[in-house]
Amino acid sequence: MLKIQDVSKTFFPHTVNEVQALQNIDLTIDEGSFTCIIGTNGSGKSTLLNAVAGTFIPDSGTIHIDGLEISSWTEYQRARLIGRVFQNPFAGTAAEMTIAENIVLAMKRGKMHPLTIALNKKVKSEISDRIRMLKMGLEDRLDNPIGTLSGGQRQALTLLMATWLRPRLLLLDEHTAALDPKSAAKIAELTSEIIKEEKLTALMVTHSMQQAVDMPDRIVMMHRGKIVEDYQKEHKKRVRIADLLDTFDRVQKRELFDESVAKLLIREYI
Amino acid sequence: MNLIIGAFTIGLILSLLSLGMLISFRMIRFTDITVDGSITLGASLTAVLIMAGWSPWLATLAAFMAGMIAGSITGILYTRFKIQEILAGILMMTALYSINLRIMGKSNIPLLDTKTVSQIPEQLLLSASGGESKMLIAGWQVSLIDLSVLISSTFLCLVIGWLLYHFLLTHYGTALRATGNNVQMVRAQGINNNKMIIFGLALSNGLVALSGALLAQYQGFADVQMGIGMMVWGLASIIIGEALVGKTNIWTTITGAVLGTILFRLLIAIALRWGLNPNDLKLVTALFVFAALVAPQLFKSFHKKFTKSSNHA
Repeated sequence: MLKIQDVSKTFFPHTVNEVQALQNIDLTIDEGSFTCIIGTNGSGKSTLLNAVAGTFIPDSGTIHIDGLEISSWTEYQRARLIGRVFQNPFAGTAAEMTIAENIVLAMKRGKMHPLTIALNKKVKSEISDRIRMLKMGLEDRLDNPIGTLSGGQRQALTLLMATWLRPRLLLLDEHTAALDPKSAAKIAELTSEIIKEEKLTALMVTHSMQQAVDMPDRIVMMHRGKIVEDYQKEHKKRVRIADLLDTFDRVQKRELFDESVAKLLIREYI
Repeated sequence: MNLIIGAFTIGLILSLLSLGMLISFRMIRFTDITVDGSITLGASLTAVLIMAGWSPWLATLAAFMAGMIAGSITGILYTRFKIQEILAGILMMTALYSINLRIMGKSNIPLLDTKTVSQIPEQLLLSASGGESKMLIAGWQVSLIDLSVLISSTFLCLVIGWLLYHFLLTHYGTALRATGNNVQMVRAQGINNNKMIIFGLALSNGLVALSGALLAQYQGFADVQMGIGMMVWGLASIIIGEALVGKTNIWTTITGAVLGTILFRLLIAIALRWGLNPNDLKLVTALFVFAALVAPQLFKSFHKKFTKSSNHA
């Protein structure tokens, strides 16, 4: 379904700030699967998601969705196939526009925006029927500016908007990280529910080990722009938080070892 | 009375400028200085075309189209060539100065005794009054020509306000408004934000040029200098409108801009009558916009200080 082949990206090349954010990443995601990417800060997990979303064009490599080569598509062109929820709960909605106006844009995601009146009674009742499932009482506040809602409510609406038209791929970029624990739990629950009901293919980045163990059916671990571990199927089902932490430790120790060896070699020979 | 009618008419004509700037400054949030050039573009093109014998309506329409082209070029400079928004506007405005001189062939074209868009109400009024050129309204002598211009500008203003209102409520208009509000969200919803900015600037400058076309017909001349300071003028009108009517929805925003422009024009007319030197007009307008921009911050910090000191007490 999603095929990432040999994708690399270096930020600020040939400067002291050079970061090899992605190094020859290969990843294939199956139709209907829910994959979680975990990793330390700066491991490249969000960068990988952004490469798929089209925020930037990778230095090399190709990305396919449904056999379509989308590597050269712009961000807004890819939105035809991809629904997205961001880490910042305010990023996915237009604050000064009403709930209904925000959703009506999502109802036309990746399609033409015709010169017909966007909101009428019929569309509004369709909207309120669907957002009633959030059980947040938002169906009665369709004409309120979305900026008057809490971060959790806005994130719930963003999630609903990303999946209003069934996306071929749903990208979730640490979408619960900036919320209070209660809202985060609610959004996580809502995410699992929607993905399961609509049988969506989803790719989620998270900081939460608990979410990584509970929600997806595959865990990919990244470190320094590389994929270092991939828990799939039966292997994933057996994985516990302690196992993930162990793997983190192991990866980091290996690296420390590499670095100390390098230093030793430099001291000895240069 | 004539003072009020005159102020009302110019206010209505310039409210098209404010409506145009509403799209650039408030909807797509683009600080567009092209305005100073495109209002003159509308005026000069209409003047030349009317003098060449075009129908005033066609000449006015041509001005609208020319304004749209000018706006799109600013948009393309910004989106395609990544020039900062203010600089893109300044480049276009500067280029338009020469283009306007080229169009007119000289710096000023008088439009005396030519046909204008207010011809139809003028003829109707003349036939109604039996050939008299003045009419008594509530005890005041009113020139029929002034009255007919007022009628036609009211008509145009209502039609364009109505069209704009409905456009902003369409799917396309909603996408346009979202572009100024949250670009990241707009892209994630599959909307080409660059296209929206170009179209928004085109529409905005089209309306501004339209305003210039009507202004030239009302004043009876087009002048290459007439656009100077018009952007600040429009901004002042928008700010007054927002203070007056608020900006809770599209309807109040549009009526606010129109009412704000008329009120601002009335205030200026009164100030001029009281002896304000016309040369100081732009300074006064600039000071007004400055005050309107700073006042909310000052008020906030004052409020904070005040509540703090009252807490101590």
